[in-house]
Amino acid sequence: MSNLAVNAADRERLLAAYPEVFHRSLMQRWGLAIAAVAVFVYLAFCFSFFNVIPTFANGNWDRAAIYLQDWYSWRAQPRLRFQNGQVVPQWTSRRQYPDGAAIDWLKPTSNGGYTVIFGSDDRLDVTPSQVDVYIDGKLYPVAIRGDRAVLPAGAPARMVQDDNKVNVRFGFAGQAEIRNNQVYVQRRFLGWANFFFDTQSPFWGRSVTSVAGLMLFGERLDPAQSNPSLALDNFLNNGSWQHGDILSKLMQTLVMAFVGTLFATLIAFPLAFVAARNITTSRPVNWGMKRFFDFLRSIDMLIWALFFTRAFGPGPLPGIAAIFFTDTGALGKVYSEALENVDDKQREGVKSVGAAPVIVQRYGVVPQVLPIFISQSLYFWESNTRSATAIGAVGAGGIGLKLLESMKTNADWDKVAYMVLLILLVVFVFDNLSNALRSRVMGKKGS
Amino acid sequence: MAHAAGPAQFSGLQESSRTILDHYQQQVRTRRIYTVVSIVVFLIVLGASLDFANEANSGKFFERLPYFFDFLKSFVPNSPLEIFRAMFDLPSPYADGSIKFDYTSDRVWITDSFYIPNFFYQLAITINIAIVSTILGATGAFLLCFFASTNLVGAGLTRWVVRRIMEILRAFPEIVVAGLLAAILSIGPIAAIIAVSIHTIGALGKLFFEVVENADMKPDEGLRASGASWLERVRFAILPQVLPNFVSYTLLRTEINVRASTIIGAVGGGGIGEVFSLSIGRDHAAKTYAIIILLLVTVICVDQFSAWLRRRLIGKQSFEFGRGAA
Repeated sequence: MSNLAVNAADRERLLAAYPEVFHRSLMQRWGLAIAAVAVFVYLAFCFSFFNVIPTFANGNWDRAAIYLQDWYSWRAQPRLRFQNGQVVPQWTSRRQYPDGAAIDWLKPTSNGGYTVIFGSDDRLDVTPSQVDVYIDGKLYPVAIRGDRAVLPAGAPARMVQDDNKVNVRFGFAGQAEIRNNQVYVQRRFLGWANFFFDTQSPFWGRSVTSVAGLMLFGERLDPAQSNPSLALDNFLNNGSWQHGDILSKLMQTLVMAFVGTLFATLIAFPLAFVAARNITTSRPVNWGMKRFFDFLRSIDMLIWALFFTRAFGPGPLPGIAAIFFTDTGALGKVYSEALENVDDKQREGVKSVGAAPVIVQRYGVVPQVLPIFISQSLYFWESNTRSATAIGAVGAGGIGLKLLESMKTNADWDKVAYMVLLILLVVFVFDNLSNALRSRVMGKKGS
Repeated sequence: MAHAAGPAQFSGLQESSRTILDHYQQQVRTRRIYTVVSIVVFLIVLGASLDFANEANSGKFFERLPYFFDFLKSFVPNSPLEIFRAMFDLPSPYADGSIKFDYTSDRVWITDSFYIPNFFYQLAITINIAIVSTILGATGAFLLCFFASTNLVGAGLTRWVVRRIMEILRAFPEIVVAGLLAAILSIGPIAAIIAVSIHTIGALGKLFFEVVENADMKPDEGLRASGASWLERVRFAILPQVLPNFVSYTLLRTEINVRASTIIGAVGGGGIGEVFSLSIGRDHAAKTYAIIILLLVTVICVDQFSAWLRRRLIGKQSFEFGRGAA
């Protein structure tokens, strides 16, 4: 921008006329910069206080990659044990294949070994005395000695000797850990295995059309029930994904939010009338009720949840109680503030025709505040659907607890992903539901 | 009251008024039926929910209710002074060698002779988690919000993408992020900081861009007319208008984040939440009460301080109930 041409007299006049612009205090001129420096210094302090660099340096970052891969893919993890000169596959994780299934990437060989295929040029030929590792078509034989597996000379970087075992990485396709008594194979595939039916189910391994055909026209697989009901049963009781359990836990979370908010609404409604200064005239009573609301609110939902979990045991009841207690405080406060803002004219009108006090409130006050009350309750319901997940994790039941358990085992990250997707879906649905109801109650501006 | 009136009172009405009255009463009847039906449906849903909750719970409500106070009884500390001994890590006369009364071992020594009581130290960690993640989250939200508002960004695609990013960050459960990071970085405050920051970006970003959208566009037009760039328009036309609201929302978020970092602590994010869930799980009454008192005082102090700061910075307008994006 160009300089403005101002003569001395004008300059004096402007300086005198707008002192607040030209003579601002130190804080006004440099406040933002000082605050920025203070924040920066504080962050630098926290950076060392929380040991950020050591924590990140010591993090298991390869684990992160594995867990994130688990979100969209699955691992088959057979252990190929060496027993009496034979190789015996042993399944540890979630029974991803039924006994004796023909697996196209894990084939027995004629000499009592197994071939594990990772790609067209990558594979393992496992025998108890030697494991032939093929990477990009080249052979690297790993010899099995009495107590260790030995890395061959000239092996590529994807093969590493780790103490007495040899680790081989095949990228996304998986990895193998060759030991003196077994080969621990991880084979990774896109998608979620056995998501619909586990290996025990007669529907396992069939295509969508085949399952649909069976359900609609097929003969009864189980004489006791029809095919669709058998399919539903198999789906809900899926051994590795536990759909039934997860859905019921999700239901618990929803029930916690619904019943908790509802009870809070029902209790806060009459109490708010007591707390509102313009409705109940006794000041000590107003004050007492407001402090009671503060008390309920200031003890965190977490503390209530932990307390009630100790009393009732884990499950939705402590969750309901925790939401009920905190929200009675929060809603009571909001409601009483809404009540204190009502237009007095309508009450006077009802009073003037000689109505009883209860009727005055019913027709003079409630119609004014009801939309606000309902809207606030819906708001809380919506936000509680989210909080219910969090307090579930501290033991109040619901999908939060299930989520935390799955995360703690460190093996079920695909299940975690599944539950997170369900939670996101439910939160999305309930946000929209509550928004729609709210805008119906309040008119368009209500959201 | 029109509802209470019987037809007899209206016998003298003309035919046209009669029709209107009939119609009105018809509507009242329909409405009543709807009310009754919806109340019945509501009660059925409520009853079913309660029954389901009771069945799903590990202890049944009416079975456990008589024992409810038993549990509270087990939480009576030996003496009121014991709470303060636990709070300040002073030696207890009840010490029997168990961890329950061994408060002094938790002291955090700064120098050879000066220590911070453990709970205060843990509380400081929790509060610092909240503050750091609010700063990080607010910075992220600040950088994103201008790209999400209709009045500043012409490209619908940018806006759509940024808004969806915020939505996902906001809806993603904090405990999942914390759990994933705890598995990688081991349990501690850093997982909590990242989890809370991520959530804060989403929650504050939404509030921020709504403020930006409500800004007066006249200053912007003025700047545009004098040929200012997009950055200059944001800096000189929008920012001065929205900054007070941004500060207010950030302070409100600090309060929420203090609670959030306590909860994450309880599921393995370090800080006072972790100590709290341990002490309540192990029946350490005095310790539990000490922590509850500390938490209460902290939450009240943070609320009051942030209310005071907001009032000083922007006056009364900032006092809408700030739970919206919790």
